Amino acid sequence: MKSYEVDVAVIGGGSAGLAAAIVVKKAGLQVLIIERDKELGGITLQCIHNGFGLHEFKEELTGPEYVQRFINEAKKLDIPSKLDTMVIEFTPNKTIYAVNNREGLIQIKAKAIILAMGCRERTRGAINIPGFRPAGIYTAGQAQRFVNIEGYLPGRTYVILGSGDIGMIMARRLTWEGCQVKAVVEIQPYVSGLLRNQVQCLEDYDIPLITTYTVTKIHGKDRVKGVTISKVDRKFDRIIGSDKFIECDTLLLSVGLIPENELTREAGAEISEMGGPIVDNNLETTIEGVFACGNVLQVHDLVDLVTAEAKRAGLNAIEYIKEKYGKKIEKREKIKCISGENVNYVKPDLINKSDLSKDIIFTFRVKRPDRRILIQFKDDKNKVVFKRKRRYVIPSEMIELKLNLSEQQIDPDCKSLEVEVIPRPEVLIEED
Amino acid sequence: MLKSEIPEGSKDIRCIICPTGCLVHIENVSGELIIEGHSCKRGEEYAREEFIAPKRILTTTIRVENGFLPLVPVRSDKPIPKEKLEETLKQIAKTIIKAPIKMGDILLKKVLGLDINIIASRDLAKA
Repeated sequence: MKSYEVDVAVIGGGSAGLAAAIVVKKAGLQVLIIERDKELGGITLQCIHNGFGLHEFKEELTGPEYVQRFINEAKKLDIPSKLDTMVIEFTPNKTIYAVNNREGLIQIKAKAIILAMGCRERTRGAINIPGFRPAGIYTAGQAQRFVNIEGYLPGRTYVILGSGDIGMIMARRLTWEGCQVKAVVEIQPYVSGLLRNQVQCLEDYDIPLITTYTVTKIHGKDRVKGVTISKVDRKFDRIIGSDKFIECDTLLLSVGLIPENELTREAGAEISEMGGPIVDNNLETTIEGVFACGNVLQVHDLVDLVTAEAKRAGLNAIEYIKEKYGKKIEKREKIKCISGENVNYVKPDLINKSDLSKDIIFTFRVKRPDRRILIQFKDDKNKVVFKRKRRYVIPSEMIELKLNLSEQQIDPDCKSLEVEVIPRPEVLIEED
Repeated sequence: MLKSEIPEGSKDIRCIICPTGCLVHIENVSGELIIEGHSCKRGEEYAREEFIAPKRILTTTIRVENGFLPLVPVRSDKPIPKEKLEETLKQIAKTIIKAPIKMGDILLKKVLGLDINIIASRDLAKA
């Protein structure tokens, strides 16, 4: 078996992996990107619409333009990558096993690993729908790849289940390619993607958005012939008598994304209930020297935010190697971050007590939309250590807060911090 | 802008500047635009533009001959008037380009006679 040694191995050559690798390489360390596709770029390559880059480059770019800039920089820096190479395992002592059709099984020994494998699409929406398993059922991202990269149309007339951003963007894309999108069906009473996409992808083309409905039956045996949609009550139970039939030959599912956890879990890293691996404020997983960033950690709204997070992971991996191979690392005491009222999840999951004097970036999402709210951090004795007003919160927009808690005199025995999003009491607090 | 260039009638426009999503009512009252329902300056500007001359950046793909992939993603280098989008798409659908392609290459010049080019969104090597 061929064996390689590097300082940092990056698993995944998409937007996250590229940004992390660039940071590491610029610091003078050896880095290697391992990518399963036959080119670098990842999912951003198939997101051919614009709206990327406003944070990172202060200009509006398409997905391919955005990631091409990173590919070009990686090329300029001579960052090595193994394409068409699938990682099948990594171990807590940071040995990666991968396969490709040129070398067979290979082994890569690294001092630190950065996980940047992205996420995959939820298919759960399909599994619960009664009917046969005809051709013509795709996830929205899969259809996006067919239409934008491979040059195939998955069908002619569509119903899209779920109002995630990819689903809405595909509705417009397919309309532009001459297809008919009959409806976007959303089980929640509100759209799950961004308002911008609702207006510019659906309303601009008079594509009906049907909320509080879901697909309850798929018709057709060899090929989809249509779907039955039904209204649901607050518990998402089907309301009898509300069924409507919509004729279509294709059903697209845009029902959410989940971090790709398989490798991470098998390596023994703890996975948080709401998605990706558990990480501390350095984005280090529960396996020492293994960091996570991008959509494998949490699903981001914007690739720009993925890039920012990946750079942090890269810098922290560099720091780790310097410490580990300079002096011995002491076991760090950690504070747990807990999701409280109307908080779906919060990252980091853990904070090193020794890092409390530094700036810490918190990212989290709410469970349901709300207005005029208060974001509050409490210690385990219910003492409020931070609060901030906000005009609105919605699940589709990740909230990012950069906080320095050093002034808050957090109790040295504090075990946990709880983040909650609560109705705003009528007192004056600084607005962000 | 001449008064006569402002479209007649009224429209309710959902503002997309921020997630608040104000419903902005805009009305042409004998050449003067009355705008209501917005809660910020940017919203007012957005509604005005959407009412007078809505434009969009067009992003689609062009077929490629002898490329590493069969399609190259493209975009318009400037926003296109909304009513010209369909015609532009039809023009693009008839086009076939040869690889190799570099990001930023102009693949269709002055499409439909407008001062707008269709440019490549990425590099694409030969097969």
